[in-house]
Amino acid sequence: MKKHARDVLLIALIMLIGGVIALCLLLTRKTGAFVEVRVDGSVVSVYPLDEDAEYLIEGAHGGSNRLIIRNGEAWVESASCPDGLCMNMGHIRYKGASIVCLPNRVVISIAGEADEDVDAVVGQ
Amino acid sequence: MSGGVSMKRKPLTTKQLAFYGLMIALALILSYLESLIPPFFAVPGMKLGLTNLVVLIMLYSKGARSAVFINFVRILLVSLLFGNGMSFAYSMAGGLLSALVMILLKRIGGFSIAAVSIAGGVAHNVGQIIAAILLLQTTSIAWYLLILWFTGTVSGAVIGILGGILCKKLQSARLFAE
Repeated sequence: MKKHARDVLLIALIMLIGGVIALCLLLTRKTGAFVEVRVDGSVVSVYPLDEDAEYLIEGAHGGSNRLIIRNGEAWVESASCPDGLCMNMGHIRYKGASIVCLPNRVVISIAGEADEDVDAVVGQ
Repeated sequence: MSGGVSMKRKPLTTKQLAFYGLMIALALILSYLESLIPPFFAVPGMKLGLTNLVVLIMLYSKGARSAVFINFVRILLVSLLFGNGMSFAYSMAGGLLSALVMILLKRIGGFSIAAVSIAGGVAHNVGQIIAAILLLQTTSIAWYLLILWFTGTVSGAVIGILGGILCKKLQSARLFAE
């Protein structure tokens, strides 16, 4: 078994780092306030997470993704991309969580914090 | 290990040329086969990394230089044949980081092929996440990193165990003898 000592150490280290990443994400997660939609890296629209709605996102190369916001969760219901991976990325509600559609270059992410006091109102 | 430096001066023999061609063809076929497998487990980006099998065997039979060379040509050709500029950037980031980590671990020594492959699988996914962060200009894919961190260890282990068996079998094959 001494032969595999380094293997065990390496795999333990990989698992440990993975655990640390998980812990960091879990401890810092907060329910978000907004759904931010980016196409090609720039924000194209921001929607409130607490209002049920449906939107059609126009991505790059003529692609589109149908975004659903319901019960404080956001997800992609249908998409024009061939793999449809964005539909499989599940429902998101926590700050920083995101749905990525690489073919359409669309990133949908949760921003803001739901419970925080309002520091400033942007816009208007 | 020391053969790498002298190889730089020596011209490629016909046998080596044919061998590299064969390995690149094998890597391409594996890439194509993998593209036929529908994405399972609902985790985008999770791949088995079948082509890493070729890179792994090259690393252990011919050394780091050959492994990186095969990997580079393979990524270039796959992107030209089946992909686009974006997929080239992702594959390159993943492929190079993975190769770098595996070469380093092999240099350090004392690790089994499976363990080296596991670290390579994780490094591959980390490289792709870094590329995604740079290309999409978002840091909000940290959750994705967590999932791919662990799926990388699983696919790395599968490929590593396969690679270990193949390396042992291929040692007796004349094709792999210098």
